[in-house]
Amino acid sequence: MDTSFSAEDLAFRDEVRAFFAEAYDDDLQARLADKATFREAVIDWQRRLHDKGWIAPNWPKAHGGAEWTPTQNFIYETERAAAGVRDVVPFGLKMVGPVIYTFGNDEQKERFLPRILRSEDWWCQGYSEPGAGSDLAALKTRAERDGDDYVVNGAKIWTTYAQYADWIFCLVRTSNEGKKQNGISFLLIDMHSPGIKVNPIVSIDNHHSLNEVEFNNVRVPVANLIGEEHKGWTYAKALLAHERTSIAGVADSKRALAEVQHFAAREQNGGRFLIDDPLFQQRLSDIEIELMALEYTELRVLASVAAGGAPGAESSLLKIKGTEIQQAIQELRMELAGYYQGVLPTELAQEVLGHSFGSDARQAFMYGRAATIYGGSNEVQKNIIAKAVLGL
Amino acid sequence: MNFDFTDEQVMLRDSVARFIQDDYDFDTRCKVVASEAGMSKANWDTFAELGWLSVPFAEEFGGFGGGPVDLMVMMEEFGKGLVVEPYFATVVLFGGLLSRGGSEAQQGDFIPRIIEGSCLGAFAYLERQSRFEIADVQTRATRQGEDYLLDGEKVVVFNGANADTLIVSARTAGEQTDKHGITLFLVPANAPGVELVDYRLMDGQRVANVVLREVVVGASHVLGAVDEGLPLMQAVISDACVALGAEALGIMDRLNAKTLEYTRTREQFGVAIGSFQALQHRMVDTFMSCEQARSLLYRAVCALEKEDDDPARDIHALKVMIDKAGKHIYGEAIQLHGGMGITDELDIGHYAKRLMMINATFGNGDYHQGLFNALSYGRDAA
Ligand SMILES: Cc1cc2nc3c(=O)[nH]c(=O)nc-3n(C[C@H](O)[C@H](O)[C@H](O)COP(=O)(O)OP(=O)(O)OC[C@H]3O[C@@H](n4cnc5c(N)ncnc54)[C@H](O)[C@@H]3O)c2cc1C
Repeated sequence: MDTSFSAEDLAFRDEVRAFFAEAYDDDLQARLADKATFREAVIDWQRRLHDKGWIAPNWPKAHGGAEWTPTQNFIYETERAAAGVRDVVPFGLKMVGPVIYTFGNDEQKERFLPRILRSEDWWCQGYSEPGAGSDLAALKTRAERDGDDYVVNGAKIWTTYAQYADWIFCLVRTSNEGKKQNGISFLLIDMHSPGIKVNPIVSIDNHHSLNEVEFNNVRVPVANLIGEEHKGWTYAKALLAHERTSIAGVADSKRALAEVQHFAAREQNGGRFLIDDPLFQQRLSDIEIELMALEYTELRVLASVAAGGAPGAESSLLKIKGTEIQQAIQELRMELAGYYQGVLPTELAQEVLGHSFGSDARQAFMYGRAATIYGGSNEVQKNIIAKAVLGL
Repeated sequence: MNFDFTDEQVMLRDSVARFIQDDYDFDTRCKVVASEAGMSKANWDTFAELGWLSVPFAEEFGGFGGGPVDLMVMMEEFGKGLVVEPYFATVVLFGGLLSRGGSEAQQGDFIPRIIEGSCLGAFAYLERQSRFEIADVQTRATRQGEDYLLDGEKVVVFNGANADTLIVSARTAGEQTDKHGITLFLVPANAPGVELVDYRLMDGQRVANVVLREVVVGASHVLGAVDEGLPLMQAVISDACVALGAEALGIMDRLNAKTLEYTRTREQFGVAIGSFQALQHRMVDTFMSCEQARSLLYRAVCALEKEDDDPARDIHALKVMIDKAGKHIYGEAIQLHGGMGITDELDIGHYAKRLMMINATFGNGDYHQGLFNALSYGRDAA
């Protein structure tokens, strides 16, 4: 048992640090913060990562990945979060990419993977439907064969960033026979196809990232089917486990907690800094100790995956604990913000108060409610652990 | 980075597990607890034969030269078996103090005898008023020519009655709670003026209160530096907290496994109670508590192994988690066993009681969280 860093690991850490300091510059950060330039700025940033060779740390080398060790991943994530650098948009790089190189045919790999790596296509995920949330296999969006095309009809909902997307990967129903899981197929659909309509949904944080996507007789070439028809459920399940490990967000929570600590050393109550208040300290350490544990839980999972294990039901644990911790930090940050949590994110706030930490805290808190719902709700994760780990 | 055990560690773990499975079932253990000595000398000889008593000691004294991980794998198995033989008191505490602070002569005298199973030791650090502050020492050691004269009382001394030799903390300088001025002494249990009151705790272990009246010990019985006993005690207690964490983890693991098994077989309303989602989610929660505790155990062990890191924060965090997860897990174990859970006959309550004692030993969760907070957020030190 050994978690110390080698000399190469330390050199890698320095390289990561130096890269972020240089490449994630002020101009880029300003463009990322502005709604009008957000999409282009994300692509710009991801290209810089691509040029550095770090865009797909966990893809196989054969497909353009870096095949980092768990230690390298850990270092990279820690440094990324500590530097306040945003993670890549996951839908192409962390979700459909792995599905394509694992289950796609050669033509699909050649056609899609390089474009994902270079962020030439913006992807979104079309799984959930109004009637199919936790019970995803109840999905109804139909794909009917017509010559060399499928004709798709139905609606997806909660589709993050559909408004920016060039492509959507969808679970669609190709059969109504037998078990409902057995009639589902995995289809890649060009968002520019005729018959697709994207309707925005404004979320509780007053932002627009969610959408409803309607499909009216959308024609999709059969060549865009991944793997075999009716087998889409298997491919989707393999992907979900990946999604859950990245949802743990340990490194980002470490940064968020450090930020709370930083503000707590600045905000006062009755002349005493909150960081000196024993009750506040207790709340901080309740969270920090869970996070220290989760950091090692994640390392244990990563190490076992690197040794050939699959990210199985343990990833459900990471998801549950990780999101509970995220929400606990967000809640504490709201307590810290006090009255300022109510301030709306206008430039006035920045000018009058000299800081925006109240509105930042609220934005994070509000959107943060979603973390225990998406990626398979925490209740559903508990069902998974009960079945797969406890054997109940 | 890896969390693998070496072949030797796996063998060590398996050998303890096998002993418990074959020779230390719950009934046997209860008989040992109820026996005159509260431990089995025959078992202790077996521990010696199997080499377990040599694990943390240096090779030059016949030890195995093991580190924190070796100790951890054994303690976890001892926890699963609720082993009451005084491994913790003799090897971890008494042996640990000798290894870290003993002179060569003291080490050469005691360690080989610990390893062969002929010496049982105890660490007498606690006093009636001191609770978790080990620097709160009233017992006095006054210089008398070449000797020291010890006066005072130590309480709840683990393995006190069976020990041949006690290591006693006593004040040689300073006021009652001063950090400086504490000295450790090796005191033969049969020295004139040593009086023992032997009793049993709820977890089955034997302890003693030790009254010292003008006990004379020579200067050669001083362990470590005069007046500088505290850092030595702290270092050994850090190791010991991790060892206790491992024992606690073994217990939590066992409690979860037993509860799970029970809910699979116990039927109500015509089905196994484990089919109820309300109970399933609670068992998922206890499973997660146990995994989180395991992670902090590994974290603390890794910190102990990396000599350049200060393991204090990790060890405080572990103690906090052992408290929290322990209460969560034994609470649910009792609840999910229904009426059976509150019987003395079933082992569940016995595991719970050992967890409670572990929690109280060397400071409960609140105490360690206070220290964690001071280290992490305190600005006085900076
Ligand atoms: C911010 C955000 C972004 C999202 N992005 C995407 C995206 O990009 N693409 C996409 O396809 N989807 C996306 N989703 C959808 C997400 O996957 C679903 O919201 C999720 O699967 C839950 O489904 P639901 O909302 O229909 O809730 P329901 O399934 O209706 O659940 C309601 C409540 O019931 C509980 N519940 C349900 N079933 C059980 C059960 N068996 N046992 C116990 N409790 C149960 C749930 O835990 C929840 O608390 C996103 C969601 C959010 C909030």
